[in-house]
Amino acid sequence: MKHEILEKNVGLLSVLILVVISFGGLAEIVPLFFQEKTTEPVEGLEPLSALELEGRDIYIREGCVGCHSQMIRPFRAETERYGHYSVAGEFVYDHPFLWGSKRTGPDLARVGGRYSDDWHRAHLYNPRDVVPESKMPDYPWLFENTLTGEDTATKMRALKALGVPYTDEQIAGAAQEVRGEQEITALVAYLQQLGTVLKDTR
Amino acid sequence: MNNLWGNSLSSFWSIWIIVITLGTIVFCWWILFANRRTDKEPTAEGEVETTGHSADGIDEYDNPLPRWWFMLFVGTIIFSVGYLLLYPGLGNFQGVLGWSQENQWEEEVAYAQEQYAPIFAKYSEVPVPELAQDGEAMRVAERIYLNNCAVCHGSNAQGGYGFPNLTDDAWLYGGEPENIITTLNNGRNGLMPAWQQLGEANLQNVTNYVLSLSGEEHDADSASQGAAIFASACAACHGPEGKGNQGIGGPDLTDDVWLYRQPGQDTYAAVLETLRNGRNGHMPAQAAYIGEDKVHLVAAYVYSLSN
Repeated sequence: MKHEILEKNVGLLSVLILVVISFGGLAEIVPLFFQEKTTEPVEGLEPLSALELEGRDIYIREGCVGCHSQMIRPFRAETERYGHYSVAGEFVYDHPFLWGSKRTGPDLARVGGRYSDDWHRAHLYNPRDVVPESKMPDYPWLFENTLTGEDTATKMRALKALGVPYTDEQIAGAAQEVRGEQEITALVAYLQQLGTVLKDTR
Repeated sequence: MNNLWGNSLSSFWSIWIIVITLGTIVFCWWILFANRRTDKEPTAEGEVETTGHSADGIDEYDNPLPRWWFMLFVGTIIFSVGYLLLYPGLGNFQGVLGWSQENQWEEEVAYAQEQYAPIFAKYSEVPVPELAQDGEAMRVAERIYLNNCAVCHGSNAQGGYGFPNLTDDAWLYGGEPENIITTLNNGRNGLMPAWQQLGEANLQNVTNYVLSLSGEEHDADSASQGAAIFASACAACHGPEGKGNQGIGGPDLTDDVWLYRQPGQDTYAAVLETLRNGRNGHMPAQAAYIGEDKVHLVAAYVYSLSN
């Protein structure tokens, strides 16, 4: 094929560029869609409760993912500090993933159960009250805002459409479960379940 | 951990990956060589061949890729073939080195275990009070403390609002070596119920009575009315004299230690708040995080702070 033909037919050039750059994804990504280890949940994984789900949305809203990863890599330095390395099956109900790519603060993939609820509340109100050298911002408004629960069921239905196995009862009771709760309560509930399915696997 | 991560691809996807990967390499090789041009001599007039593209009087030459550049491309192809032979990349083929990220991790952990486990095993055989006198052991223990415990108890171990001070003589669950080890291994769950149902007046009476136990300033009349309620509602955990019960973590109310008194808060307000709302102190179990040998060492460190 003369190169001139390619250069002078933008449509053809675009199609062939797409073909060429798709090879990487076809070899590295597409097979994962059909692997049990990436599509099946690890044993014992449950969808987040309504309160935890609202906590997760607060986690997203406050940009926690900008400084905290949720992905423990298989290096001893990481597993000593954070616990067992993360596996794909732990994240199958996560939409979107919150793996993050930057650690200004520590990884949170297995922070669940590591500290007490009281500690998390004190720490989020003002991190320097418990960790004097911390540079994390404080989040006092989480103690003032309360949840209405008006969107909770809708969010759960959206997740159900993506394959998260919420039951109809869970969705029906969602608004009731979160209404009137402080945002801090939801966020701490979310944090306290992170990584706990494989908690004892070291 | 094979069940979590290491299961293999089906043969279809294995072949799929191999075909695309090798096909891409061959394709790159073909592009590189099929389009390889060799230098052409200028014509007699000194003209060189151009692509025919011309803009504003500037012609585009049609020279070959410089040789070093061409060889760089050849080098990347040779590297990729070598890599795919040594490391996993072609479907289920694991590479001749047999490397995987899981077994690299396992080797790292096994090596560290071999290096350090005997040190901690040796320490774990030394009784806590004796270990607490061992300067070198305590330096190791301090590091473990700072990494795992200081987040709540503070780097100076003096605790804070809701987090017990480890340097004083007041112990919720006992300060003997075996108590400390149990606390570290299994964690603790404090449960002070809320007593709102007693009514505000009674809460104030009990508060005055509690303050009287440690000789704090209090209203004697009110305290005497609180005494009976204390005996029926509080004595089960705090003891008839308010001396506490370390078996269940009931705090001693006769000393000057107030876990839930905020800096600057007066004791009356702090006690009243605790009575009204209850408390749920929680110490997470540490054995799963650092292992029992290190727990023993940290217990010795905690013991050394007050002995």
